[in-house]
Amino acid sequence: MSLTAKDVSEIMRLLEESSFEELSLETDGLKLRLRKGGGAAGPAFAEPERLPGPPKAIEPPKAEAAAAAPARPAASAAGPGVTDVPAPLLGVFYRAPKPGEAPFVEVGSRVEEDTVIAIIEVMKLMNSVRAGVKGEVVEILAQNGALVEYGEPLIRVKETA
Amino acid sequence: MPIRRILIANRGEIAVRVIRTCKALGIETVLAASEADLGSLGARLADRTLCIGPPPSTQSYLKVETVVQAALGSGCDAIHPGYGFLSERAALAALCEAEGVTFIGPTSAQIEAVGDKLRARAEAEAAGVPTAPGGSVGSLDEARALGARIGAPILVKAVGGGGGRGMKRVDRLEDLPEAMSLASAEAGAAFGDERVYLERFVARGRHVEVQVLGDGAGQVVHLGERDCSVQRRYQKLIEETPAPGLSDDFRAAIRKAAVRFGEHLNYRGAGTVEFLVDVEREEFYFLEMNARIQVEHPVTEMVTGADLVAEQIAVADGQGLRISQEDVRLRGAAIECRINAEDPARDFAPSPGRVLEAAWPSGPGIRVDSHIVSGAMVPPYYDSLMAKIIAHGPDRQTALARLRKALAETHIEGVTTNIGFHARVLADPEFARGGVDTAYLPRFLERGPIPVEA
Repeated sequence: MSLTAKDVSEIMRLLEESSFEELSLETDGLKLRLRKGGGAAGPAFAEPERLPGPPKAIEPPKAEAAAAAPARPAASAAGPGVTDVPAPLLGVFYRAPKPGEAPFVEVGSRVEEDTVIAIIEVMKLMNSVRAGVKGEVVEILAQNGALVEYGEPLIRVKETA
Repeated sequence: MPIRRILIANRGEIAVRVIRTCKALGIETVLAASEADLGSLGARLADRTLCIGPPPSTQSYLKVETVVQAALGSGCDAIHPGYGFLSERAALAALCEAEGVTFIGPTSAQIEAVGDKLRARAEAEAAGVPTAPGGSVGSLDEARALGARIGAPILVKAVGGGGGRGMKRVDRLEDLPEAMSLASAEAGAAFGDERVYLERFVARGRHVEVQVLGDGAGQVVHLGERDCSVQRRYQKLIEETPAPGLSDDFRAAIRKAAVRFGEHLNYRGAGTVEFLVDVEREEFYFLEMNARIQVEHPVTEMVTGADLVAEQIAVADGQGLRISQEDVRLRGAAIECRINAEDPARDFAPSPGRVLEAAWPSGPGIRVDSHIVSGAMVPPYYDSLMAKIIAHGPDRQTALARLRKALAETHIEGVTTNIGFHARVLADPEFARGGVDTAYLPRFLERGPIPVEA
């Protein structure tokens, strides 16, 4: 038995519309495994699309096909227990409340979930950025005064319980 | 100061379209994209892509401050808004004006003047451009009196409206009060503006619009008209130029009216003045002006040879109009089909998803404006436009034949499209004759069920 690209896309669609997260199909000479959202939580459509190249689903059926959209790449090479705090919006990144004042956090600072770690300015509107995790700051990733994109890693935190 | 770097505050095919012209002009591009579009063709072609927010457009493409901040933070001297999204928000143009960023489009005051339907109508009257019998009504009594003067059938329209929302047709004058309150409520919910006005309903109307370019100092030229009568629920599906079957005098009059309207506003940049052509009375009425580049602008480009995006940039750059009216030569005919990810067999429901394979047509006279390549995603957050296929020829018959062949050559897998539906419309003798009215497509749909797309 073999599956055409159309069959696979139909199966993908059925999975997409179902309440299941994962589907494995094994027949003679074919093993197909599909997972929603590329393993990440949340709807598969929320994953950024990646070009170029057709999705792996239309590779020859003998290969193991991961058909779901590729997961959003980890924001950094952060290892286990290490989290990068992403920018919640696009704007200008500032480490301190005002020029000349002490930064909100330095490498070695302890942060709680609600600790303010930076501000992001959008057209003169200052937005506080909170850590969202508990732990110790191990690296400042974004540059003071620079434009950061939505989702760009700002600081790296080694999580503690 | 010459424009050297442009922020493109849009997505999809128009982002790609604008980037291509910028590249040809040697202008750098920064694409402001949502998280859902980071892997799109536009993001790949732009010199730089900035992620401005999560997929829903209210959190990304519709954020005025974020877009301007992205432009300032990335050293852009201008913003191209494309169509839709923020393109006709006076607030974006105004913030650009305040921050010294060049807005590639009209002034915020001009956007405001044409954004309010009632004010646009008044401007048309002041410019000596014909409007449909009707006007604003402050009370029910006024509405009844005006309704009696116009005579049924009447359209109740939202002042802040568009796209058919907040619009009600009244066939008997006694139904006017109910239609007024419905339209008013709908308009309030959709546009935050409950004001409505009345206009004569034209039984057999054609949608004809004129492309204009203005220098912002009172000089305006036209680049011919487009017929966009093939519509479904006020959504255009097929557009063409020239509008078939109009007399030379009528054509000249409608073009002149559009230029007069633009001159009256000292209009700056590219714009489209839309008219309703009353087929039975052989009259035309001002509908509205779209203060931006239009989806269907390529048909005009095909017959004029102009690059409208390049002209928009030139005007914004202070170079004035580079085209005089005498330079505008309209050669042949061009027709465009909007290819959408939607299922005609299921009442045109959107069908987003991953495009496994995309093979677009080519050949003499064929142009395809698209951001869809094999493996691309049609996200569910935005409109379902995948491509515009445009055919040009020395005459309408040739353009139509080329377009039919082009559709047959197109192959999309992974999502359902309206390509087969377009092919059936193009094969229809009534469409082939030319000059259909806006009720044509609903009539076509009533003839029978739509076959399921293969």
